[in-house]
Amino acid sequence: MNQSAQTTRLAVDPGEIVVTGVSKSYGAVGRHKDVVRDCSFTIERGKLTVMIGPSGCGKSTLIRLLAGFERPTEGTVRLDGQPVTGPDRDRLVVFQETALFPWMTTYDNIMYGPRARGEVTRETLDLAEFLLNKVGLQEFRNKYPLQLSGGMQRRAELARAMINNPRVMVLDEPFRGLDAMTKELMWEYYSRLFEESGRTNFFVTTDIDEAVFLADRLLIMSNIPTQVRAVVEVDVPRPRRLTEIIESDRANEIKREALSILHAEAMRSFARGSKAATDFVEAYLKRANRA
Amino acid sequence: MSAVVASAARPRPRPGKSIFRHHVVRAVISIAVFLVLWELGSRLKAPWVGDVPPPTVVMNTWLPLLTDQGYWYSWYQSSRRVLSGFLAAMLIGIPFGLAMATSRFFHDVTFPVFEILRPVPPLAWVPASIIFWPTQELSITFVTFLGAFYTIVINVLGGARSIDVRYFQAAQSMGSSSWDIFRRIILPGTLPSIVVGSAVGMGITWEVVVAAEMISGGGSQAAGTGGGLGFFIWNSYVGGSYEQIVVGMISIGVAGYFSSELLRWLGKYVTPWLRVR
Repeated sequence: MNQSAQTTRLAVDPGEIVVTGVSKSYGAVGRHKDVVRDCSFTIERGKLTVMIGPSGCGKSTLIRLLAGFERPTEGTVRLDGQPVTGPDRDRLVVFQETALFPWMTTYDNIMYGPRARGEVTRETLDLAEFLLNKVGLQEFRNKYPLQLSGGMQRRAELARAMINNPRVMVLDEPFRGLDAMTKELMWEYYSRLFEESGRTNFFVTTDIDEAVFLADRLLIMSNIPTQVRAVVEVDVPRPRRLTEIIESDRANEIKREALSILHAEAMRSFARGSKAATDFVEAYLKRANRA
Repeated sequence: MSAVVASAARPRPRPGKSIFRHHVVRAVISIAVFLVLWELGSRLKAPWVGDVPPPTVVMNTWLPLLTDQGYWYSWYQSSRRVLSGFLAAMLIGIPFGLAMATSRFFHDVTFPVFEILRPVPPLAWVPASIIFWPTQELSITFVTFLGAFYTIVINVLGGARSIDVRYFQAAQSMGSSSWDIFRRIILPGTLPSIVVGSAVGMGITWEVVVAAEMISGGGSQAAGTGGGLGFFIWNSYVGGSYEQIVVGMISIGVAGYFSSELLRWLGKYVTPWLRVR
């Protein structure tokens, strides 16, 4: 088993997603509400792209569009030139909190994809062992999700996605709800996983520290209707260590830059719907511009 | 501080170590206290309970019945009706609820009729079912079936509907077919609700079967189709034996307890993932 774990390698085939002029609105004609409007961006091949924006800004809607659970009202989503028409194993989503099947053991959860597609071969069985070791859950293979700690659940979920070898891995605030210590450990663990695999990753978060630590490219989103407000290249060398990043001037500079854009967006979101608050924000922005 | 140390140092009875586990002892005490209060209330002619025969007298009536074939035949009759009504409710109710949950069309077509019939109490069906069904036996079983059926369907439907949509999305993304999603997501996802629905449904079947036996007169004894614990109570009432009425009541309580316990045990067995922590 150890031998196979050493020889097994993840043959990664990184993909690239191009989102062009995508809009998504909900509700009846005439009374509909735009959640995403004319949004364009690229999730570059082999890179870790992090999307950050104020909560409730429509990030989850974008994920549903990328995954193919929903169709855009306008515009296109393409993976390596092919339009996305529905859910597929080439774009797997790791959900908020955990979406492990509670009635399956860790091992059965990881093997779900191969079994669903009838691909239970020597190769996938070896891959399952390799991933169990990789995420450190070999001893917990026969435990149910409720018996695992929060951190273990997230690792199991990463393994469940990776065994399907997606061309793009989409992570929707995967570490939300973990305590601060576990979260930081997961950042380091996850970024090592990414560095080893070279897979295309798309990571959505509201946490600026998480975003700066993980990202190759940072997409800063506006409020509803969602658009990309700014793209920041996080040119901090890999592999990254949390202690280094905290002291890195470049990382802190990027963080300040991102925060100032996010702050204005957050203020707008806060003020939405309230005249007094809108006036306040406008006055605040004018003063900020003068300064 | 010292209290904490003292309580930590005191050896506590560990569950599973002795035959008389802590909660078993408590249960025995609870039943004993109840019996003593009843005995006293009855002997001292306390208001309301003064006319109820005391447990010692009930025991004296019960003991000879334990060797009486007719008494056990009542048990057998009621249990058989409960079991067949309950199993029929499971066999029809579970697929029915699942079909309602998975097919919009099936739901839209069946739900209105289902919702109109559901508030009709099973006992209101007794006269009609006696007319419709060829035998007394079938009509009692049918009423018993109704008691559990609605509860099971409602629980299955609610359970299947409350499955996290992300499970479906995850399964779809990983390449599951519809049949695979049904078998590996919907079915296990609904199982806890099926367990709850059947436990509640089982309770209702005991309520219903006894009442149905009383109303229908338990069928004709001679043909070997009548009887049952409900009829046993009714018969005791007509015959003026208050002790036997109480014996019948306690019998039903015991029977209901054991069937619920059996279901709980089965339920834990089929949903091992909930047993954790």
